[in-house]
Amino acid sequence: MPTRYVALALGITLIAGIVALGLNEPDTSILATDSPLTGTIEIDGSSTVFPISQAVAEEFRKVHPAVQVAVGVSGTGGGFKRFVVGETHISNASRAIKPSEIDKAAENGIEFIEIAVGFDGLSIIANPSNGFLECVTTQELRAIWEPGSDLHRWSDVRPEFPDGKFRLYGPDTDSGTFDYFTEAIMEHEDASRSDYTASADDNVLIRGVGGDKNALGYFGFAFYSSAPHLLKLIAVDSGSGCIYPSAETINNGTYSPLARPMFIYVNTAALERVEVVEFVNFYLDNATQLVTEVGYVPLPVELYDEGRTELNGAIGEPTS
Amino acid sequence: MEHHQAPLGSARVTSPIAASVTRPRYSGPTPPSGSAATRSPWRRWRDRFFFLLFFASVAIGILGLAALVIDVLTDGLGALDFSFINSYPSRHPGESGIRAALFGTIWITLGTAAFAIPIGVATAIYLEEFAPDHWATRLVQLNIANLAGVPSIIYGILGLALFVQALSLDRSVLAGSLTMTLLILPIVIIVSQEAIKAVPNEFRDAAFALGANRWQVVKMVVLPQAIPGIMSGIILALSRAVGEAAPMLMISSLVFLTFIPTSPGDRFTVLPVQIFNWVSLPQPGFQAVASAGIIVLLAVLLSMNSVAIWIRNRYQKRY
Repeated sequence: MPTRYVALALGITLIAGIVALGLNEPDTSILATDSPLTGTIEIDGSSTVFPISQAVAEEFRKVHPAVQVAVGVSGTGGGFKRFVVGETHISNASRAIKPSEIDKAAENGIEFIEIAVGFDGLSIIANPSNGFLECVTTQELRAIWEPGSDLHRWSDVRPEFPDGKFRLYGPDTDSGTFDYFTEAIMEHEDASRSDYTASADDNVLIRGVGGDKNALGYFGFAFYSSAPHLLKLIAVDSGSGCIYPSAETINNGTYSPLARPMFIYVNTAALERVEVVEFVNFYLDNATQLVTEVGYVPLPVELYDEGRTELNGAIGEPTS
Repeated sequence: MEHHQAPLGSARVTSPIAASVTRPRYSGPTPPSGSAATRSPWRRWRDRFFFLLFFASVAIGILGLAALVIDVLTDGLGALDFSFINSYPSRHPGESGIRAALFGTIWITLGTAAFAIPIGVATAIYLEEFAPDHWATRLVQLNIANLAGVPSIIYGILGLALFVQALSLDRSVLAGSLTMTLLILPIVIIVSQEAIKAVPNEFRDAAFALGANRWQVVKMVVLPQAIPGIMSGIILALSRAVGEAAPMLMISSLVFLTFIPTSPGDRFTVLPVQIFNWVSLPQPGFQAVASAGIIVLLAVLLSMNSVAIWIRNRYQKRY
């Protein structure tokens, strides 16, 4: 049967192709670095910080191709759950570690250092077809999002708004963005109404808000800047006028209270491995450029120096 | 061809894969044309009606597939070149590639085959050739048929709890392969049983008559006859594993990898998870990258299926 030979030829071509691919490790000839570093670095945590760590991992590979870096997205809380039992070496976080998480780490004998890597302006987002909402006050945000809120229509928020129902989108409870938003707006962490579309994946939220005329949501600024054509950025008024998140308003502190630092937490034991030290150094050296590139605001140079000091202190410490 | 007592609720009711693997096309005598029976115009109309009905059913499937393939090809062909297949993922759509996921898929497929084939085939041999026909066997049989219908995400959750956490295999190739093994094992067992059932009983009787014991009959008569059916069924089951995203999302989770696994203990990602990840990205360039990924996945699946067809055509015997 001719079809039989066609199928056989297809199969052989495929297998030969894969074997050839496997033998041909890419890039080593192009990059031609003679970096001796090997080993694995497991990173997990915040989806807000993910774009930065992803960019750092991608650039790091070009210099040290033999180091295996895996960057996961489990949310800040989900990332810490793995970090405090020693499953990951570095945890991305869009809020500071909580006392309960520090206790867990101590129970498991995990020591760590905290390094700030950039600023995010937690952004309030609506659908581009929304023609009436330009600016929202922190009191209105609180009224909309607080637990048991009975606001369901735009007109409940402000009488001059149209009568339509709004639909809310936000990160899930494992997210550091959720923790930070509830703390900043409700002044009580984890206090939020629960009848909203929650996802750990910010891209799902972007799609939700982008496809729903009556949407209102919040997430990290980089996710707004990755798809500005699908979204409308809303200014926030905390008493001193309507402010949009930007490098300027975040650095001078006027985009308050939603501007926040982002961190990586590094397991001190992992710093005994030279490739982890090299990775964190690489992170700090390239943070200014890569943080800007993915859409966030870099820290002042002194703060990255503080991170280096922290790192060097942890390497110097004799760990038991 | 009915030589075994089919146990209650047995494999016969289950998989369309099983049916396609073992049931030979109808090749008996065709109905006589022009006989008295077909002269009635009413009967001819009815014949025509059913022909059109069945043809339309086929057309729906083909058109759906064609629409998918055309859509994916128009979006993805531009992004598909050798550097796409040979590069790691990137935050820039133009530099993104599928190498990590392609090799993850190959590792998972080989690992799954290593576990699923021996266990599945051995189970099928036991059930068909050795197991006594009583309530316990029928219970096992019924459960296998039911397990084939369990949603794949359930296997993902089971794998996460059992292999990743309880057995501390982490999110490794090994944990992924074992999870996929659980997922396709019912299919492998059912397909293998069908292939074993298709071996005519006269062959067994002849071997027994020559003094062979049960194991010798299985080894020298049944398996050689059944292997082609078993093999092509296994390849179809494995191609289901290749296309599954849900359980691998649980085991591997969404992850950015810039390396390929070099041992069963390494982290991995697979094609469907990588495609899912790209599809969800809002930047426009990644839609083309996702389509190119789908083309690669389709190519892998079609190649596996054509190997299955080749094996079937090459070795199939009709009695």
